[in-house]
Amino acid sequence: MTRTHITCTINGDEVEFLCDQDETLLDALRDEVGLTGVKEGCGTGDCGACSVLLDGRVTCACLVFAPEVDGTTMVTVEGLAEAGQLHPLQQCFLEGAALQCGVCTPGFLVAAKALLDRNPDPTETEVRYALAGNLCRCTGYDKIIRAVLDAAADMQTATNGGSTAATTA
Amino acid sequence: MDYLSPVSVEEATTMLSQTPDARVFAGATDVIPQLRAGRPEPQALVDLKGIERLMALSQSDGSWTIGAAVPTVRLTESAELRAEFPGLVEAVGLIGSDQIQSRCSLGGNLCNASPAADSVPAMIVNGMRAVVASGSGTRTVPVADIVTGPGSTSLAQGEFVVEFELDRPPANTGDAYLRMTPRTEMDIAIVGASARLTLDDGVCTAATIALGAVAPTAVRVPDAEAALVGRPIDDEALAAVAAAASEACNPIDDKRGTIAYRRQVAGVLARRAVATAAERASGRETGEHRDGASQ
Repeated sequence: MTRTHITCTINGDEVEFLCDQDETLLDALRDEVGLTGVKEGCGTGDCGACSVLLDGRVTCACLVFAPEVDGTTMVTVEGLAEAGQLHPLQQCFLEGAALQCGVCTPGFLVAAKALLDRNPDPTETEVRYALAGNLCRCTGYDKIIRAVLDAAADMQTATNGGSTAATTA
Repeated sequence: MDYLSPVSVEEATTMLSQTPDARVFAGATDVIPQLRAGRPEPQALVDLKGIERLMALSQSDGSWTIGAAVPTVRLTESAELRAEFPGLVEAVGLIGSDQIQSRCSLGGNLCNASPAADSVPAMIVNGMRAVVASGSGTRTVPVADIVTGPGSTSLAQGEFVVEFELDRPPANTGDAYLRMTPRTEMDIAIVGASARLTLDDGVCTAATIALGAVAPTAVRVPDAEAALVGRPIDDEALAAVAAAASEACNPIDDKRGTIAYRRQVAGVLARRAVATAAERASGRETGEHRDGASQ
């Protein structure tokens, strides 16, 4: 089978790779591009471990054919930290011990970023619904939910120059 | 398996006529799991998202046009669509997670032909029509006539849905969709119930009611509709709706629910959906529905 040439933008960099026509984006990111932060949990869109932002929308990379992403812009977990600084979500996951084995963590971080991009000050209920497509078998979720709320509060404080005290639920 | 990405309806129909063993897809949220589960690979997969018409969402004076491949997140984000068809939008918003909503579409939800598809009863009660393309042109078909059984449709080989037509609602019209799932999120309906009513001074002048997940296809409930038209929406009318909805079921026993349970729940949800649609039609929604929708 001839391989397909793809040009896209990943985490701000222009990336080119070759893929098979029936390859998933998940396999292409891991095996062709070398971005192994994206994880395979179920391969059927149930667990969210392979979540990426595809043209700004949170998407399971396992449910996308790699040839579809030609010309698109993507963000993976590798793109969250900037200039050696962890993203507030990553920092809050660390500080709040919102992970144990860590396999689900990249997907949770990306899905949480998608939520905070569109809703910087979510309620706990909104966080729980937004992360319903991500499964974690270790933490029982509460620490994850709290870490996202903490990150939202930190980001609000930073945005407001620290002048107002953001509240967490 | 080849990946094909046509940019026009004509190019797609030509590809499909040249490759009889081809399968169209939009969000791929059903296709990829089915292939992984062992369904035979087609010779080619035809990605319809490159066709502008299938990705367009527009409104005119008389109607909405919803591209068959438009990701449902664009429908749930549309305040205008939600204002006119809150029941349709709440049904669409119940399909899967945010990750799935970024990709799944009305065309896919319909043509995958699951009896439990959440959007289908809501499309039926709103009288939506599917514009179906093939090599010989297009035809317009009521959504209710597309699905013929679990996993099967009335579409011929090489045909696909281009877009849906949705007439703007008459005055004093409201719709609602409710479903029952064992879990709050990320589950498949045991029962889905959709209702749309038009009221005139408290009296019902038009009613459509459809159920999902209780028969091989989504079903209309004409006896429940007849119990409403010409009458006020009172306890007696709602009881008649519940009885007719339970009677209209032809459900299966499975791990999600028994036949008896599905029948009972179908009556309850149909009654509640009618009550909410009536509140919306009269412009005095209580706001209780939203909590009920997620239980």
